[in-house]
Amino acid sequence: MGFDQYHEPPEELPAVTRTFARLCASLTEEAEAIGWYEQRIALERDPEALAVMRDAQGEEFKHFAMDLEYLLRRTPPWREIAQGILFQSGDIVEHGEEAEAEALDGDGPGAAGAFEDGSLGIGSLKGR
Amino acid sequence: MNHLLRPQAPISDAGWQLLDEEARERLGAALGARKLVDFSGPHGWDYSATNLGRTRPLGSPPREGVSGRQRMVLPVVELRADFALSREELRDADRGAEDADLAPLDQAAHQIAVAENVAVFHGWEDAVAGITSASPHDAPSLGETAEHYPGQVAGAVEMLLCSGITGPYGLALGREQYRRVVETAEHGGYPLLDHLHKILEGPIVWSPGVQGAVVVSLRGGDFLFESGQDLSLGYDSHDADVVRLYLEESFSFRVATPEAAVALRA
Repeated sequence: MGFDQYHEPPEELPAVTRTFARLCASLTEEAEAIGWYEQRIALERDPEALAVMRDAQGEEFKHFAMDLEYLLRRTPPWREIAQGILFQSGDIVEHGEEAEAEALDGDGPGAAGAFEDGSLGIGSLKGR
Repeated sequence: MNHLLRPQAPISDAGWQLLDEEARERLGAALGARKLVDFSGPHGWDYSATNLGRTRPLGSPPREGVSGRQRMVLPVVELRADFALSREELRDADRGAEDADLAPLDQAAHQIAVAENVAVFHGWEDAVAGITSASPHDAPSLGETAEHYPGQVAGAVEMLLCSGITGPYGLALGREQYRRVVETAEHGGYPLLDHLHKILEGPIVWSPGVQGAVVVSLRGGDFLFESGQDLSLGYDSHDADVVRLYLEESFSFRVATPEAAVALRA
């Protein structure tokens, strides 16, 4: 098994960052799986096989959404940008530009804290 | 705004970022217990108790023909360390001063980290059962000098193996014991730190607040730290000269396998 999700030496990274990287890797894998099922479903002609693959793709939708929600809960600026884009009608790019400008205007998380619960985000230090 | 009331403090965004980073750095160094026990959460400030999965019988049920039991839970405890910072120092930091005096924050961070270590390793009366107080093993002396440490630590590991507790193992050392370990070289110049690493196959952790040393298994599932609100910086009040802040956390701790640790007396 490799440790490709780490771009920097893992032993130098805080535990919260390692967990964040794992969930980012998981999010990528779920998105890939959704795309692979989409291709297979487009070509498959056996109705029973199609039903199985549609069910499997549904699982990946759920996994992707759970991964994303976990990451958004721990990254307020990302969450704020996502709130400005997701489930909105209208121009996606325009929403994106507006949400980015609103979320990233300022010096950083400041009084809101870097984590959604306002904590310092220290968490587990086991293995560090 | 949550219960920490941070937006009400007369502190700039850059100031909060500075304080958060300083606190994180100081706490990360001293939170020895978190480097050795299992951590779950955080579950939030409104989380009040850990489910123990146990019940106790209740007498006199409200109706004949039925019995009653009450669920047992472990309430979380709260730790809080108050401190005050000079507003002048914070204004200087906003101007770009690299040497703002944050000593009160550093002291509070150290105090709350030590308190957490003590609660986890030695317990907190009527609130937390610590690792050493739960351990059924004898607590041998660590010895007068650091040269005795490898023998005593190897003995502790052997006690754990005899109880069927597998490794790797970690070693929490109090301040004085840690200092002795890092400054000592054995015969032939071999660093004592490396020798202990080989015995334990796990980390040696500076754990201010620990009396002597504690050898624990790191296999997981034995020592359970459950965080409600993880360590946070909150705002209390201010006047023209100082802003009063605090560090706070809530947690429960329980020992699932008392025999998975051996205390070594100072």
